[in-house]
Amino acid sequence: MEIAREELAKPAKTETVEVSGSVALLEALIAEQTEVIFGYPGGAIMPIYDALFDYKDKLNHILVRHEQGGIHAGQGFARTSGKVGVVFATSGPGATNLVTGLADAMIDSTPLVCITGQVFAHLLGTDAFQETDVINITTPVTKWNYQVTDATEIPEVISKAFYIARSGRPGPVLIDITKNAQIQKFDFAGYKPCNHIRSYRPKPIVRKEYVQKAADLINSAKKPFILWGQGVILGEAEKEFKAFVEKSGIPSAWTILGAGAIPTDHPQNVGMLGMHGNYGPNVLTNECDVLIAIGMRFDDRVTGRLDKYAKQAKIIHLDIDPSEIDKNVQTTVPVWGDCKETLPALTELIHERIHPEWLAKFRDYTKKEVEAVINDELHPSSGELTMGEVIHQLNQLTNGDAVIVTDVGQHQMVTCRYAKLNHTRSNVTSGGLGTMGFALPAAIGAKFGAPDRTVVAVIGDGGFQMTLQELGTIMQSGIDVKIIILNNRFLGMVRQWQELFNEHRYSFVDIASPDFVALAAAYGIAGKNVSERENLNQALEEMINHKGSFLLEVMVTKENNVFPMVPQGCSVAEIRLK
Amino acid sequence: MDSNKMNITPASLSPGEGRGEAKQEFNITVYTENQIGLLNRIAIIFTRRKINIDSLNTSPSEIESIHRFNIVVNETEEVVRKLSRQIEKQVEVLKVYFNTNEDVIWQELALYKVPTDIIAEKASVERLLRENGARAVVIRKDYTVFETTGHREETDALIKILQPFGLIEFVRSARVAIIKHSDGFNSKLREFERLEPGEEVSENEYLNDGQKIFTM
Repeated sequence: MEIAREELAKPAKTETVEVSGSVALLEALIAEQTEVIFGYPGGAIMPIYDALFDYKDKLNHILVRHEQGGIHAGQGFARTSGKVGVVFATSGPGATNLVTGLADAMIDSTPLVCITGQVFAHLLGTDAFQETDVINITTPVTKWNYQVTDATEIPEVISKAFYIARSGRPGPVLIDITKNAQIQKFDFAGYKPCNHIRSYRPKPIVRKEYVQKAADLINSAKKPFILWGQGVILGEAEKEFKAFVEKSGIPSAWTILGAGAIPTDHPQNVGMLGMHGNYGPNVLTNECDVLIAIGMRFDDRVTGRLDKYAKQAKIIHLDIDPSEIDKNVQTTVPVWGDCKETLPALTELIHERIHPEWLAKFRDYTKKEVEAVINDELHPSSGELTMGEVIHQLNQLTNGDAVIVTDVGQHQMVTCRYAKLNHTRSNVTSGGLGTMGFALPAAIGAKFGAPDRTVVAVIGDGGFQMTLQELGTIMQSGIDVKIIILNNRFLGMVRQWQELFNEHRYSFVDIASPDFVALAAAYGIAGKNVSERENLNQALEEMINHKGSFLLEVMVTKENNVFPMVPQGCSVAEIRLK
Repeated sequence: MDSNKMNITPASLSPGEGRGEAKQEFNITVYTENQIGLLNRIAIIFTRRKINIDSLNTSPSEIESIHRFNIVVNETEEVVRKLSRQIEKQVEVLKVYFNTNEDVIWQELALYKVPTDIIAEKASVERLLRENGARAVVIRKDYTVFETTGHREETDALIKILQPFGLIEFVRSARVAIIKHSDGFNSKLREFERLEPGEEVSENEYLNDGQKIFTM
């Protein structure tokens, strides 16, 4: 059923239109400028899909092959576009298949609105067919969730859902709609976007006193060090951040979700933090005198052993989420607020400085790391191919302009370490949850979110096999995604740990794979396999230049380890180069 | 929250030391919207961290449509502060306060069912009621129900006293607590609404020096 949009946009006091809950939902999605929905139909969401049949020209629905693929696609879309990802799933198994993606989006602060169908309201609690208590299952992994049992609630609930998902610290929202509410007709008085909820305060207001205290600390610091995370990107504060970094002259390092907020080759970008981050940023964390953390949450993979983490330093923590302050690391000066506001305020108060000697110290460590690790990884002259050289050659072909999507494991760490990123919203990966199987569907969503950019998914042979059914989505939607499988015939990261910490006891990490190129071909996707160094560059070039999706399987050395590495339970300063 | 400013240091601790380390009872007061599912959302913040809730009470507040949770846990101040922040982060939670027992006036209600014949025959009921601040709610031929309100030790004491007389059933309510220094939530809510939409009143523990309320 089609309704004139102008009619619906009118304010409440004028006429109303009688519509079903399903139509109201779709109109609400249009009003929220939803570009694409990733979904999978089923019994309890059929009325919504029936309504969607008449909205094909206004709402682009992509049929995925599994609800987990749908939600990861929604995440990929949200990451590259900065908008809210929208996902449809049916009740019961459809909804439970979303849980991994919800947990992933929750821990990585990705804005999503997921709509699940639910059995008729009168059947709730009766163990009806495909009934699951979705609200209670998803409560710990959603920023907000709500069950709609009456169609009249739909416009308000959907507007709240979008507002909550994207405001403050973003996160996933799930709305469970019973079948009767999808069918029920009601007088729809138009859609009003939500911008206020009495009990919800998305961002604390900025307190000038503390911005001043932070500036004083920075101005008197001898060895200040900036750590930035995804908050800079989520807050759309890349410009403000760059201005702060450049005026302060402070060396700056990133968490993997923060990668790309300022370009990789920015002179003050000293590299990656964390367990497999760069040498200098880890060691010098325990030498700096003022640590300025911006939009990051001191994850244990970043801090290593907490009681030996930056104990000598005064800590300034900028975050939009008050519960992050002092959660893991005791803060000296907390700057609560949206970094889009706090960063310019701070930049104004700090002195323009340079820290040549301090920066040189980072470069010294880089030199050591290049000699001990990076050279062999990026420019091996003999032996089997390495993951690092694939990424290095990819950088040269994309010039650092591509969106890089990674899965989880060794290839993820190598790619995040070596990928050149010129632009923000270029690094899509599962950070906090470490969800294998994330990359392929996320890459599909990433492409929808950034249709004009090249999207390259770098995936391990293990992770690819977790969600490879989404090749079907690529086939059917005709989307252009480049897939690189770095195949080391092992579940590499676990194998590395077993080698280093479990005396080479390789317990169930030896994984066999199908012929990936033939598999791609079965889906009508072009592909190639490469194992020789002299063919690598040409194969990558062919992939990039190919019109449409392409799968490139690269056979890499079986037992390479990712270094540097901060072993679990060690301080960041105890990072190992081998 | 500036604990030193606000509070008398608990007797069990020497001043200025170990305040954040030692476990003690904390009363967490949560002002919320009245929403299905919110109880679960709040409860899992504790269970996720394997923290036991000693007592939980939900009730209306002084403001219509706003509910009030009183939650009692035995934890360190640091843990309680983090829990409180996680609770306050929930969309439908308006505000969270946490207080030591010294900062609140609190009561629990207990009911005791005893066999009427034994208690009438063997106990000096009148003295028993007077000494324990209890009263009889129901007196039947077969049983009698006493009620008392007070602190844990007081309600516990009466159990011990009644046990020899064949205590049949005992139940104690969750704790309800009123914060000594609170001016109530009305003005706070008005302040929230005045600053809306888009902004909200700032609640920065490091800066709330002037505030009397023991807040996070």
